[in-house]
Amino acid sequence: MAEIKPRIKLDRKEAKKGDLVEVKALVQHIMETGQRKDAQGQTIPRKILNRFTCTVAGKQVFAADFEPAVSANPYIQFKFKATESGPVVLTWTDDDGSKIVGEEKITVT
Amino acid sequence: MTVRLTRRNALEASVGALAMAAFGAISPVRAAYDSADLIRKFTGGKAPTEGKVKLDLPEIAENGNTVPMTVAVESPMSEQSYVTEVLVVGDGNPNGGMATFHFTPLSGAAEANTRIRLAATQNITAIAKMNDGSFYTASKQVKVTIGGCGG
Amino acid sequence: MTLSRRELLQIAAATAAILPNGWTRVLAQQRLTQAELLAFEPLGNVTLLHVADMHGQLMPVHFREPSSNLGVGEARGLPPHITGKDFLTRFGIPEKSAAAYALTSEDFAALAQSYGRIGGLDRLATAVKAARAQRGEEKVLFLDGGDTWQGSLAANRTRGQDMVDCFKLLKPDAMTGHWEFTYGAERVKELADSLGFPFLALNIRDTEWQEPVFPAYKMFEKGGVSIAVLGQAFPYTPVANPRWMIPTWSFGIREEDVRGTVETARREGAQLVVLLSHNGFDVDRKLASRVAGIDVILTSHTHDALPEVVRVGKTLLVASGSHGKFVSRLDLDVQDGAVKDFRYRLIPLFADVIAPDPEMAAAIARARAPFVAELAREVGRTASLLYRRGNFAGTFDDLICRAIAEERDAEIALSPGFRWGTSVLPGSAITIEDIHNATAITYPQVYRQTMTGARLKEVLEDVADNLFNPDPYYQQGGDMVRCGGLGYTIDVGKSMGSRISGLTHLKSGRPLEAAREYSVAGWASVNEGTEGPPVWELVQKYVARNKTVKVEANTSVKVIGA
Repeated sequence: MAEIKPRIKLDRKEAKKGDLVEVKALVQHIMETGQRKDAQGQTIPRKILNRFTCTVAGKQVFAADFEPAVSANPYIQFKFKATESGPVVLTWTDDDGSKIVGEEKITVT
Repeated sequence: MTVRLTRRNALEASVGALAMAAFGAISPVRAAYDSADLIRKFTGGKAPTEGKVKLDLPEIAENGNTVPMTVAVESPMSEQSYVTEVLVVGDGNPNGGMATFHFTPLSGAAEANTRIRLAATQNITAIAKMNDGSFYTASKQVKVTIGGCGG
Repeated sequence: MTLSRRELLQIAAATAAILPNGWTRVLAQQRLTQAELLAFEPLGNVTLLHVADMHGQLMPVHFREPSSNLGVGEARGLPPHITGKDFLTRFGIPEKSAAAYALTSEDFAALAQSYGRIGGLDRLATAVKAARAQRGEEKVLFLDGGDTWQGSLAANRTRGQDMVDCFKLLKPDAMTGHWEFTYGAERVKELADSLGFPFLALNIRDTEWQEPVFPAYKMFEKGGVSIAVLGQAFPYTPVANPRWMIPTWSFGIREEDVRGTVETARREGAQLVVLLSHNGFDVDRKLASRVAGIDVILTSHTHDALPEVVRVGKTLLVASGSHGKFVSRLDLDVQDGAVKDFRYRLIPLFADVIAPDPEMAAAIARARAPFVAELAREVGRTASLLYRRGNFAGTFDDLICRAIAEERDAEIALSPGFRWGTSVLPGSAITIEDIHNATAITYPQVYRQTMTGARLKEVLEDVADNLFNPDPYYQQGGDMVRCGGLGYTIDVGKSMGSRISGLTHLKSGRPLEAAREYSVAGWASVNEGTEGPPVWELVQKYVARNKTVKVEANTSVKVIGA
C-alpha cells in the first residue's frame, strides 16, 4: 500500500506562549465498519483507524479513540496551548497496527 | 410516449438507504441499550449533570455518511481543573460508541470536531469527565431524512 | 381595460374601519394612488428596504396567498399561521379590500378582476427610488433575502442571468440565497462575483476543512449608524434540493455561528445588527428567542406577507411576502447602539397604481426579448383558478399530478410542496409562461418507479415531519408533498411516524396495501441522474390535449389535530 500522507493545517505557525493553536487534519482511510457484507454475502472485516494522538515537543496534547461510526477519511480538529517550540506530531493507528504519521512545526515566542 | 424505467428510476426511493450503506441491518433497540451501557461504564454508574458541555451538530443531517460534530466543554483547562475525557455515543447505529476524546491541561481548550456516520435519526450524547471525577453531559437529536420537498 | 380597472380600484370602498396600518387604511378608502401607496412619514436615522422570494418574476403577477398555513407547537395560531378571514380580523382588514386581495386567498379570483396584478421589478424600482429620494441614499439599505434567481422559464434558461442583470440596476446592498444554489456551486460563485454587492452566508462551509465559503457579514455606515448585515442562506438546501449540485458546501442553521458572528460584529462597533435570513419564519422566531443582540431579522423562505412586524424580545421580525408583490420599509431610530423607535409598512406594489420605472422596464424587456414569443404562447385554458399555496394541496399541483400520472401511466403522482409559482385566473389562457412559473427548476425530470404502500407512507411521514415537527429547527419550510390518486388523513399534532392514516388508493377506493407495489410518477427528485422527461413538457401536453382544464378543490386529504 502506498504511504498515506495526512493533510494538516495549523491556524498559525508562530504563537505566543499561552496562545491557543487550532489543528485540522484529514487522512485518507476507508474506515470499514465491519458491518457490511460483500456481493457474496460475506462480512467485510472491520478496518478502521482506531486511535489518534497529537504530541507537541514530545508531550501529548490531545488524543482520540475512534469507533466505526467515525466517517471515512476521518477529519479531526482540536486545539492546544502553545508552551514550547517543537514538532507537532499527529499519529493515526490502524486496526492492523500500522501507523500513519504527519508532522508540522510550531514556534513559540 | 415511451416510458423508460431505468435503474436510476428504480433507485429513486432509496435516498434514505444511502446513509445506512456503511452499516448492515440495524437493531435500534440494541443500539440504545449499547449506548446507555457505554455511558454507565464511562461514569461508573454516576449520573452526569446536564450542562457545561456544548454539542454542536446539525438538526438535520445533509449526508448521513459524514455529519460534522463539535463538542466543547466549559473548563479553565488548568493543572487544577480540566476535562480529562469526553465520550460520544449515539442510539441509532449498530454500536453505540462513536468516539472518545482525551484532553490534558496542554490542550488549552476541551474542544474537538470530527465527522460521524448516522444510520438513522438518533440522539447523540456527549459525556465529559472532569479531573475531579465529576461528569457533565449534553444531548442532541439529529434527523436523517429521506429527502425533501422544501421551498 | 387598465382604465376600467383603475376605476374599480377607486371605487373599492369598504367599511370605515380604523385600521392599524397606514396602507390598509389608504386601500380601504376610495383612493388608491401611487403617492399614497408609497407615502411614509420618515422616522429616525436608518431605512431598511427588503424584498425576498421573487422567484424569477420580473413582471407583475397574480399570486394567491395560502388558504391553509398551519403552525405547530409554540407557533400554533400565531402569525404567519393565520389565513383567510382570521387574517383579515387579526389585522383589521376589510373584506374585499385591496389589502384583503393582496394578503389573503379570500375571494381571490373575483378580486383579481378588480385589483389586477401586483409586482414587477419596474414597479419595485419606482418604490425603491422613491424611498431613496425621500430619505437620501446615505440613510437607506436595500436588502434581498434570496430565492431571486429561480422560478421562471427565462431565469432557468439563462441560469439566473436575467434576474441578476435586472436586479443590479436596483443597486441592492447585499443578498443571500436558497434556490440560487440549484444552478450549481460554480454558477452561484460566478454570479455572486459579478453582482457588485456581497452574497452573504454565514452558515455555508466547505465540507473538507469546514471553512467559510461566502462572507458572513458586511458592515455599512448609514445615517451615522454602523450597521452589520449578516447573511443566512436556507439551512436545508442540501436536504431539500439536490446536494450533488453543491457537493462541497455544507449548510445548517448553525445557531452557534450566528451567535458568534453577532458578537464579532458588535465588537467591531455595530450599533445595529440585521440578519438577512432565508431560515423561514418559525426558525427565525426561535433563533430570535435564543440569540441575543439581533435588532432586526428580515425573514424569507416561507413566503409570509405580514402587515406588521413581529417582536420577539428586542428583535423585530419582518416578513415581506413573495413573487415581487411587496417591498418592506422599516425606518429605525438607532441611538446608543439600540433601536429606540421604528415604523413599518409592507408596501403592496399594485401594478396598475404604481408607475413602472422606465429604465427598469427597458431592462426587463431586453431580458425577456429572446423568450417573449414563446412565453406568450397559449397552450390551453383553465375554467378554474390555478394556484399553489396551501399546506396540503393546490389546484396547480393537482393539474401537475394529473398530467404526470397520465403521461407516465402511473397510479399515483407525487408533486413537491413548493411555495413558489404564480396563479392563473379562471377563464383565462394557460401560457407557456404560466406552466414554467410553476415548474422551472434545474432538475425537472419526471421519474416513474414502483413503490410499496409501506414506502409511500414512509415518504409522507418523512415530509410531514419536515413541516410539522414542533421544533422549528427541524422544519424545512415548504408544504406537504402533493398526491395524485392517493388520499389520506393527517394528524399534524402527532409525532413522526404516526401522523398519516387512512391511506386510500383513490381509483379503486381501497385502502393502500403496505406490501403491494404501486406505480408512482413524480418530479424534482434530489437524486443525481434521475431520468425522465421534463415536467413542463408533460403538463404542456396534458393541457394541450384537454384544451380547457377544470380542477375541483382537492378533498382527498383530511386534516385533524390542527
